[in-house]
Amino acid sequence: MSKYDLKVNGKMYSVDVSDDTPLLWVLRDHLNLLGTKYGCGIGQCGACTVHIDGSPMRSCLTYLPQIIGKSITTIEGLSENNDHPVQEAWKEIDVPQCGYCQAGQIMTAAAFLENNPNPSKKEIRNAMHGNICRCASYKRIEKAVEVAAKKIN
Amino acid sequence: MMSNNKNSIDRRSFLKVSSLAGGGMLIGFNFFTACKPDAKLPVKEIVDVSKLKFINFNAFIKIAENNIVSIIAPNPEIGQGVKTSMPMIIAEELCVAWDQVRVVQGGLDTDVFDRQVAGGSQSIRHGWNALRETGATVKHMLVNAAAKKWAVKPETCKAANGIISNGKGDKISFGKIATEAAKMEVPKDVKLKDPKDFTIVGTDIGNVDIDEIISGKPLFGLDYRKEGMLFASVMRPPAFGQKLESFDDSQLKNKSGVVDVFEFDNKIAVVAKTTWQAMRAKKDIKAKWKSDSRLESTQDLDQELNDLLEGNKYKTMRSDGDIKKAFAEADQILERIYEAPVIPHNCLEPMNFFAEVTEDKIHLAGPIQTPASTANRISKVLKRDLKDIKLDMTRMGGGFGRRLYGDFAVEAARISDKIRKPVMVVFSREDDMEDGIYRPATKYKFRAAIKNNKITGYHLIEAAMNSNMYGLIPNFFPAGSIENYQVDVASYKSHITTGAWRAPYTNFLAFAEQSFFDELAEEMKIDKVQLRLDLLEKAKGNKDKRMQYSPERMEKVIKTVVNKSGFGKSKPGIYQGFSAYYCHNTHVAEVADVVIESGVPIVKKVTCVIDCGIVVNPLGAKNQVEGGVIDGIGHAMYGELKFDQGIPQSNNFDAYRLIRMNETPVVETQFIENEISPTGLGEPALPPVSGAMANAIKAATGIRMTKQPFIQYHNVFEKELNNS
Ligand code: FES
Ligand code: FES
Repeated sequence: MSKYDLKVNGKMYSVDVSDDTPLLWVLRDHLNLLGTKYGCGIGQCGACTVHIDGSPMRSCLTYLPQIIGKSITTIEGLSENNDHPVQEAWKEIDVPQCGYCQAGQIMTAAAFLENNPNPSKKEIRNAMHGNICRCASYKRIEKAVEVAAKKIN
Repeated sequence: MMSNNKNSIDRRSFLKVSSLAGGGMLIGFNFFTACKPDAKLPVKEIVDVSKLKFINFNAFIKIAENNIVSIIAPNPEIGQGVKTSMPMIIAEELCVAWDQVRVVQGGLDTDVFDRQVAGGSQSIRHGWNALRETGATVKHMLVNAAAKKWAVKPETCKAANGIISNGKGDKISFGKIATEAAKMEVPKDVKLKDPKDFTIVGTDIGNVDIDEIISGKPLFGLDYRKEGMLFASVMRPPAFGQKLESFDDSQLKNKSGVVDVFEFDNKIAVVAKTTWQAMRAKKDIKAKWKSDSRLESTQDLDQELNDLLEGNKYKTMRSDGDIKKAFAEADQILERIYEAPVIPHNCLEPMNFFAEVTEDKIHLAGPIQTPASTANRISKVLKRDLKDIKLDMTRMGGGFGRRLYGDFAVEAARISDKIRKPVMVVFSREDDMEDGIYRPATKYKFRAAIKNNKITGYHLIEAAMNSNMYGLIPNFFPAGSIENYQVDVASYKSHITTGAWRAPYTNFLAFAEQSFFDELAEEMKIDKVQLRLDLLEKAKGNKDKRMQYSPERMEKVIKTVVNKSGFGKSKPGIYQGFSAYYCHNTHVAEVADVVIESGVPIVKKVTCVIDCGIVVNPLGAKNQVEGGVIDGIGHAMYGELKFDQGIPQSNNFDAYRLIRMNETPVVETQFIENEISPTGLGEPALPPVSGAMANAIKAATGIRMTKQPFIQYHNVFEKELNNS
């Protein structure tokens, strides 16, 4: 067990966990931040996506020793009032079905649009292909990313 | 199951009305229509809503003085948008505006479970009449109260947007008259709206939980928390058919967080303080397993199904005319076998359940499609009184049939019973894929007798693992359109557990049948769509009560999809495939557009025309249809779980491919507009799509695919297309 200080959504936390505990489970089991989801644990589904210093990362494959001093943003911290342009677009298009994958989809989309605010359809489809939606709400996600891009510009 | 009879509901027992402590009106009713004769809401007494129990009703409507209408139901979203669409139906007949409505999820505090089952696309179909009558009854009470106050006849009053008015210029809001209305008699007969006058049903309404979902609120089973709870990871037999012989947990003794390790029901439970500790610790158990019977590999399943098809141990599900004679007299016989593998559900939220078993009660919570039977089962397993069991449903991260089975809930209850602490059983992704209740591998043999270029005999044989198609399916199309028609089924008992998977049986049967119809049309050299239309023509007017589909509605979806997709008139380089199917009371026709890209066929567009009666919420309905179509394509392309000596050969998404965004086609959806009661939507768009896709790929490549998944044909495509 080791002690770590973590900055999540602008708040400092201190946890005592073994070094092999994935960030995903630190968030869920220790910090009670349950918005970040477990889907596969091996980096294949994207449900656990968070931002680390602004970049999208799979929290299931991220370990605390790798991110010392970095700042973590989870879905809970993406915006104060649920009004990030991506969230707004998700609402407008009414994206979710079961909703389980959506936090990860939103985090991936938000980071992607940060780097590429004017994506083509093809770029959207490629950027989002790492996130599985088992309910296959893909058409709505695709559309919502386009709408979010418009809102950002 | 509730009957479809409009008049079967005794309104006085299915809803009860009372006044609210702070003013207003409270109506207790059943969200899923079944009514309990012993319903006890203190009628016409003042009720404190904060102390409400869901003992006798599973839902409430609260009309407050400020004219806000809350619809309080214990059911979280069960996957098909019903948490939004069912309140829409109530609000419609109640004559309120949607922005007055709040949909609130109450706790499920009851041992009366009724039909709280999501599965079989039935929720809306069963709820439709009862929900409308509930809304209309309450509206009548409000109107009657206002009429009494004004001393006018109720017939002279009108209700709209939560306001009642009479011809004389008086107006009063629902909220202001609600306390009075609660004292009115519950009317016996109420008139429902003419669907033409609907103002909410048929409009696009967003998901009522959208804000919670997009901000990451804890809604799902895995998010359920209770002070002091522990987490359990369960080691189950690696191969189907094995028994636990012994295990060594010495390596776990000093692992941090591990609280307990023990054997139960041929499995090993590892209980720890956190999810991760439980999952990690399980990997260090050394267990020995034994088996006294054969452990099945994929080749064994295949052989078993082939033997069934070749054998004679059939059960006949339906037999019309004389197929023997038809085949004996045929000019031509076409025969074809289609094959589907085992597939897992892969809900994105892995299976999980919470249980807290104490001396005097059992509290269960989690994502489940069958709360009633699961609570029952646990009462039997733990030998406890059903009335001491409380089950809270959480939102489900996908179901697809997997959460109809309460195996994971029973595990949680057994573990908590043993340690007498609150505990959540969590499946890892690997557990979820390896310990599934899968779609069974199935083979269909089709035979058709052709005489004078007409289909005179039709014989379908199903060979499946564990169980066969349900009794309605043999009465689907083309039953009733071919004189000599027979459906036979056979199954064998496998160790590999199987069950319902989104659109059970039809998810593959539709592919097989719709491929076979195309093959028949090719053989008979007649137009593919015309072949179906000719058969439907014959089915029209057939008085057979067992027949499940409407030839007229089927014809309409077919003609509409042909028009909309331009079937038969596609541009060069675009190859189209057609398919039409009836299931879950819904008629669907689809056309897939395929192109060849870098040597392989790719679906670019699917046009889907669907007749599911009145579409309550088109916004949600389209999402369901698009999801069903893409899900159908994805699993037909890639879905396959292989076994070696009883052990599943894929256990995570690196070895099991699911469709992803960059592979999805455009989906164009059109609903047939009519005024027929709504039918299911969660499932019917899925079955026909793989047939349309296979027929389009045949048009594009000349290759007829008879096996799923289609990915196994990729080498063939490459060879074929490079040679030509
Ligand atoms: S849980 Fe991290 S990618 Fe699936
Ligand atoms: S909405 Fe269910 S997994 Fe994406």
